[in-house]
Amino acid sequence: MELLGKTNIDFIGKRNISFVISSIIAILGIVGIIQIARGAANMGIDFSGGTSMQLKFAKPISMADARTALHKHGIARVDLQEIKDGNKLLIKIDKNAGATVGKSADAVKASFSSEFADNPYVVESTTEIGPSIGDKLRKDTLVAVAISLLGIILYIAWRFDFKFGIGATVATIHDCLAMFAVFYLFNKEINLLFITAVLTIAGYSLTDTVVVFDRIRENLHKNLKGAMQTIFNNSINEVLSRTIVTSLTVFLAAASLFLFGGEVIHDFSLALLIGVLVGTYSSVFVASPIVVLLENRALAKQGDKA
Amino acid sequence: MPKGIGWRFGLIGIFILLSFLYLTPTLVPKLPSWWSGLLPKDKIHLGLDLQGGTHLVLEVDTQKAVEGTLDIVATDLEDTLTSKNLHFKRISRTGSDKVTLVLYEKGTADTVQKLLKDKYPGYEQSPLHDEGGFVALDLRVSEKDAQDRKDKAVQQALETIRNRIDQFGVSEPIIQREGVDHIVVQLPGIKDPQRAIELIGRTARLEFKMVREDISPSAATIPDDSEILKEKSVDPATGAVSETPFVLQKKSLITGDLLTDAQVRIDSQFNQPYVAIEFNSLGAKLFDQVTAANVGKRFAIVLDNNIYSAPVIRERISGGSAQISGNFTEKTASDLAIVLRAGALPAPVKIIQNVTVGPSLGQDSINKGLMAGLIGVVLVVIFMTIYYKLSGLVANLGMVLNVVYLMGALAALGATLTLPGIAAIVLLIGMSVDSNVLIFERIREELKLGKSPKAALDAGYDKAFMTIMDSHITTLITAAVLFQFGTGPVKGFAVSLSLGVIINLFTSLIGTKVTFDLFLHKGTAKKMSI
Repeated sequence: MELLGKTNIDFIGKRNISFVISSIIAILGIVGIIQIARGAANMGIDFSGGTSMQLKFAKPISMADARTALHKHGIARVDLQEIKDGNKLLIKIDKNAGATVGKSADAVKASFSSEFADNPYVVESTTEIGPSIGDKLRKDTLVAVAISLLGIILYIAWRFDFKFGIGATVATIHDCLAMFAVFYLFNKEINLLFITAVLTIAGYSLTDTVVVFDRIRENLHKNLKGAMQTIFNNSINEVLSRTIVTSLTVFLAAASLFLFGGEVIHDFSLALLIGVLVGTYSSVFVASPIVVLLENRALAKQGDKA
Repeated sequence: MPKGIGWRFGLIGIFILLSFLYLTPTLVPKLPSWWSGLLPKDKIHLGLDLQGGTHLVLEVDTQKAVEGTLDIVATDLEDTLTSKNLHFKRISRTGSDKVTLVLYEKGTADTVQKLLKDKYPGYEQSPLHDEGGFVALDLRVSEKDAQDRKDKAVQQALETIRNRIDQFGVSEPIIQREGVDHIVVQLPGIKDPQRAIELIGRTARLEFKMVREDISPSAATIPDDSEILKEKSVDPATGAVSETPFVLQKKSLITGDLLTDAQVRIDSQFNQPYVAIEFNSLGAKLFDQVTAANVGKRFAIVLDNNIYSAPVIRERISGGSAQISGNFTEKTASDLAIVLRAGALPAPVKIIQNVTVGPSLGQDSINKGLMAGLIGVVLVVIFMTIYYKLSGLVANLGMVLNVVYLMGALAALGATLTLPGIAAIVLLIGMSVDSNVLIFERIREELKLGKSPKAALDAGYDKAFMTIMDSHITTLITAAVLFQFGTGPVKGFAVSLSLGVIINLFTSLIGTKVTFDLFLHKGTAKKMSI
């Protein structure tokens, strides 16, 4: 079976459209990151410090009641989230509300035990993170992202050519930005798992791009005289079915995580799904057109000199 | 049989065998008795997020350890000067890094300066200075000594915590130092995390101090050498907590480091648990002296600045045993005995990170993770079979091999499987077929050019080889970085991802290739199902 026969799509020619779309995505992503740096986004307590608890009640419980109960016991700044599946309640208290690690969780337990005596609960998980650790994690994460991007650029630059390295890096950063943009727009929590997903997708998107680049390089060697744009377009078309098939299998696997993996990795798998989609898009519509752009510019310069 | 097929099948077979060998302890609930000695016995470790448990990061307040040392120096100097008949007004720790001695006259000060030089050569002495008409002098701890003390305090805290956890009874705890003053404690599968946290976090400084019955706790001022501490008691019927203040002498007569043992006993009269303690010889001697000298007076048993009990000394107690009674339950008494046996922490610890996952959520996560994995496998298998027909089956075979090898490798390396680790495996299921997709697409291209299946196959593998290498190495770079900086679950993800990538390279280049070679080796096949 074949999804696609021989295609002949002018990907490079559509670059102006894709550049506009990608710029919008990238700008949104940058805004998201700036908001994160300012602490204005929905930061997970991994980074901001604070307390998060997941409680499972015996009977359904309304968020409003839960909030009133907590307010009554002096826990004012609290973020509640209901998990429909099985009377679960997710409680997030940021670091400024509770004093020391250990105190807010106890306070939450005390207030629910006294206010909802007829609705027993179990604590399914508690995470408490002091502000100093949050700072350390944030720094470590930034360093990690920087190192991995650098490693990637170096590898691609060594395997191909500096222009390809730029194309691949821009496409990778684009995908990371897109994930930040979506998570920021939907006010999803930015936590360590999300960063893990971003780095995973960076690897995936790069793999995707490298496959396209490999074919371009191969065709460049075969055909030295052809127009740059044609060679690039042909190469992308040649590997298009591979790109789609692989993205589809990864998407299927990530989708099964998203649908059946449970609430703990729900957002993580959502990030993976988004990443697979943008990663596929960027390897076709962003990475190669950038290289063409750079190549053409270099050629034009040579032409001026000659 | 064509050349080169034998050893490749052999290799695949050996790896399958090894994988199952290492997986046996995980898959078989009870190993037969002959399964001993050289055969692997370790199950795949489950991360805390999968089996429930607690991950704690503690920060040792090392400054307090330095201050504690200086307090001891101050007490020691008081004793030494008194025994030498050198009169002083005040000796006490001032600030966080020095002890100040205030003396009445210059003559004494000169003698003291010499004495200090001999006794505490590592400390810096300040020149004599005037303080409110008296002669004062500072003894400052050097930067290096302070660092050393801090370092030892963390080391000691680590040992003490390890002792306590061992006695509490947690299987496979992880207790290690991280950075300058952090200690990481992981307690898998514990049922009562709160109790464990309290046990670990308690400083457990036990002191015996005399009660100053001549001063009322409500007095407006209390002398410098005294302090007010409270005894908490819980009414067993109502649960109400009441506090009784006592004025105590600041100086402790005996401390917890002179204990050799602490055990829970039950009082036969009131059926109440209490903690029986045993002193070492020095402790026994001190206890004997103190009780002999203070019959009829009260002394207080103080733990972490809370009074446990303040009994009247009825008679001289020799023999070196005593008891601490209070409002104990079976559990609180046994926890107290544990912390007393394990010794006090050299400095207070603060919990700065606490991640606790209940066992039910852990089990839930495993079930859902495995379910998602299974569904992922089935979806990919169906898709590949439809899309690439028989060749798709070969790719599926490679994928299954991947999963088996990966699980085997995780077990063999003693790596920890976490929830993101399961996610990584599921993701790899999607990505593992990528190498095959790359190869298959090449083969299709070659077939379209009119090559024979055998030639198309070889060309496909050849041309796809570099691409496969490139794509694997880039993934490996990110996995390595994730491993380097990640903690807990993220690290687990990186381990699964990088192992998966390496294994996938083997299965796609050797595993599936040899399967094709087996069917196409004669080069006479006219058609290929792809």
